[in-house]
Amino acid sequence: MFGYYLDLALRSLRRNQILTALMVLAIGLGIGASMTMMTVLHVMSADPIPDRSGQLFYPHLDPTPLDRRKNALAPDPTDNMTWPDAMALLAAHRGTRQAAMSGGNLVAHPEKVSANPFTIDGRYTTADFFAMFRLRFVAGHAWTATDDTARSRVVVLSEALSRTLFGTDDSAGRMVQLGEHTFRVIGVTAPWAPQPMFYADAAAHKFGESDQFFLPLATAVDLKLDTSGNVSSWKKFSGDLTASSVTWLQFWVQLDKPDQVAAYRRFLFDYSAQQKALGVYERPADSARLDSLRERLVTLHLVPDDLRLQSWLALGFLMVCMVNIVALLLAKFLRRSGEVSVRRALGAQRRDIFVQFGVESALIGLVGGGLGLLLAQLGLWGIRRRPDEYAQLAQMDTAMLLSTFALAVVASVLAGLLPAWRACHIAPALQLKTL
Amino acid sequence: MDILPILSTLRRHKITAWLLILEIALTCAIVCNAVFLVSQRLERMNLPSGIAEHELVQVQLANIGNRSDAEARAKTDLAALRQIPGVTQVALVFQMPFTDGGSSNSGIKLDPQQREDTADVTQYMGENLLSTLGTKLVAGRDFRPDEFVNLDTAVAALHTGDLKGLPQVLVVTQALADRLWPGQSALGKQIYLGQGLAFRVVGVVAHLARPNRLSKGVEYSTVWPISMNVSQGASFLIRCAPQERERVLKSALAALKQLDPNRVVLQKRTYDEARHAFFANDRAMTGILVGVCLALLIVTALGIVGLASFWVAQRRRTIGVRRALGATRANILHYFQTENFLLATLGIVLGMVLAYGINLFLMMHYELPRLPVIYFPVGAALLWVIGQIAVFGPALRAAAVPPVVATRSV
Repeated sequence: MFGYYLDLALRSLRRNQILTALMVLAIGLGIGASMTMMTVLHVMSADPIPDRSGQLFYPHLDPTPLDRRKNALAPDPTDNMTWPDAMALLAAHRGTRQAAMSGGNLVAHPEKVSANPFTIDGRYTTADFFAMFRLRFVAGHAWTATDDTARSRVVVLSEALSRTLFGTDDSAGRMVQLGEHTFRVIGVTAPWAPQPMFYADAAAHKFGESDQFFLPLATAVDLKLDTSGNVSSWKKFSGDLTASSVTWLQFWVQLDKPDQVAAYRRFLFDYSAQQKALGVYERPADSARLDSLRERLVTLHLVPDDLRLQSWLALGFLMVCMVNIVALLLAKFLRRSGEVSVRRALGAQRRDIFVQFGVESALIGLVGGGLGLLLAQLGLWGIRRRPDEYAQLAQMDTAMLLSTFALAVVASVLAGLLPAWRACHIAPALQLKTL
Repeated sequence: MDILPILSTLRRHKITAWLLILEIALTCAIVCNAVFLVSQRLERMNLPSGIAEHELVQVQLANIGNRSDAEARAKTDLAALRQIPGVTQVALVFQMPFTDGGSSNSGIKLDPQQREDTADVTQYMGENLLSTLGTKLVAGRDFRPDEFVNLDTAVAALHTGDLKGLPQVLVVTQALADRLWPGQSALGKQIYLGQGLAFRVVGVVAHLARPNRLSKGVEYSTVWPISMNVSQGASFLIRCAPQERERVLKSALAALKQLDPNRVVLQKRTYDEARHAFFANDRAMTGILVGVCLALLIVTALGIVGLASFWVAQRRRTIGVRRALGATRANILHYFQTENFLLATLGIVLGMVLAYGINLFLMMHYELPRLPVIYFPVGAALLWVIGQIAVFGPALRAAAVPPVVATRSV
């Protein structure tokens, strides 16, 4: 029976080619536009670190004074942590792993004297960073907690930077000049660039190139290296980043089990209460909180307003296309009242008529989906040429590819439902009389 | 033209008619808002900066080492750049209008006792800033050389509370002066910063846009007699004739390289390029919006053509009968045109309500102003015209139906 319906549908579509083309074009355009935007949103809200994301948490403490007025323009100072707080949480060692970090920007001097120095972005952090965020090493190894306390002049390079500086992946043991200081390379990491770069400061770029070097945080503070990212101070800022009135560090903790999470939350409250008792904090203990990675991503406001607006626009466009198709299919199916009536009179049931027209609209959806897929690729190509930092990520994966097709078919079958339903309720007798 | 027969015909195609109305309504609502968004973006992209845009090039160097002699180094660099033929003025500045990246901003007060700031202003600094940017002074004067302090000195003075290390005067834009002292001369007036530090206005410039955070007042800018050097994140701003920019940029890079080959060039571009980059997103957004609007209108128009063709084919016999009974071709043509006009009108009315709703949503979530009333009549006229154009072909075909059709197969 299905083969027969397919044949009927093809005949009907061929009979009115311009109209068929119009419907396919409409659904193709609608699907193409919305899938382009949905792919971009999908890529931007992807899990940056699968199989670890559920265990990563971002503690918040609020050391700001009570009379601090909220400034809508300035970044939230409690978004980051002060040096004393971060060091206390590190020392407490309540999570499976924990690391404090900050963005850094340094000038790298290549080994060859003739080559020009260049600036690179990297991270100042503590020993657990590598294991917690699952970085792999192609040469050497991470530094240890001992290096952190000893403020060792060691550095971990990315594979790409190692190649640029030394022309080899295995630069472990060599010396590199970063800024005005010389560091010993102890490890080289395999390419690692979580998208979005969830662990960085709220002001940092979130998509695209990741860190190229890693330095012990204490060493960076010791040498007064340039940091990048928000630095908030609510007392006179003397340039001393270790002051208890300056927030600038990101702190991540790995908690493997739910009871560990609960315990850590309690620990944060206790710490906050203790700081208040000591007179360091002014705010109550419950001003502390523990965000999951998902919650942290929401705070980071990763999807720009323009992109959200474009997604709404694409959805609106799809809606107009759908209404268009419903109207056209309805007019088309109702025009075939005579044909329907003859089939009904010959014994076809309502259900048969419904399926017959359903097949016809699904066929339009299938072809429209194909066109939509092509148009979406074109749209994504256009987006990749944009200057935004997320633009390079705009690629369709298999999941999106399949859902594009599914969306097209579902949309057109939905669009065909009402017309098909109306068509199968045509009273045959009335129509047959006029034939 | 009698519209009652049209209405009674439409009643027999209720669902199809409503679908067409809904499509027109959605299109109308989306297009109205999209065009409004486009106009907003265009307005933003065409904002005047108040500077000699086509005469400026920027070179930014990274700060490497030897910070102790930074001030002396800045003087040598500036002198070398001034030597380049064609260069009329050079300054070391921290920020330029309409550029991303760092900008210095601060809340100012008119009364030190005030709790809330009166305005959020941006702070321009750098020696020779006004003459390099080419901003027009409309009242008062530019800074005297003895009024300048170095940024490091000023920052240190802020910490120690030593008022001598701070600049005493500033220049404001006309827009800011009008906001702070409407109807009065700004010259000699005082503004307060931070813990009640007072500064006196000595000059007013016509226009000077801020680098970013435009929503806080595009031209709420202040200029300070604070000199900078490269290690404080400043860039060289070089003014020359528009056609000489490429050559001057090359010579400037060569001159700076000669003075110290170890410096890293972070940025080298004309101001036009900088402005172009700042508005790149707005340009992309405008393109997308215009594209979607066109696609929507085309889809809607084709939908109207499709439906009208169906209806004409369906009513062939009726048309034949009417023609046989004495209706002229013009009558038939007008019938379909009126039908479309009625549907379009209903769609437009519904669409206006929807447009208003979408605008309210956008106002809540995207800080957009209210949709100007003018969009409603213009949007309505546009859709009427498109509807009439779309229906004209099918209506002509209907008018061409010969009366003889009525005699067949009745």
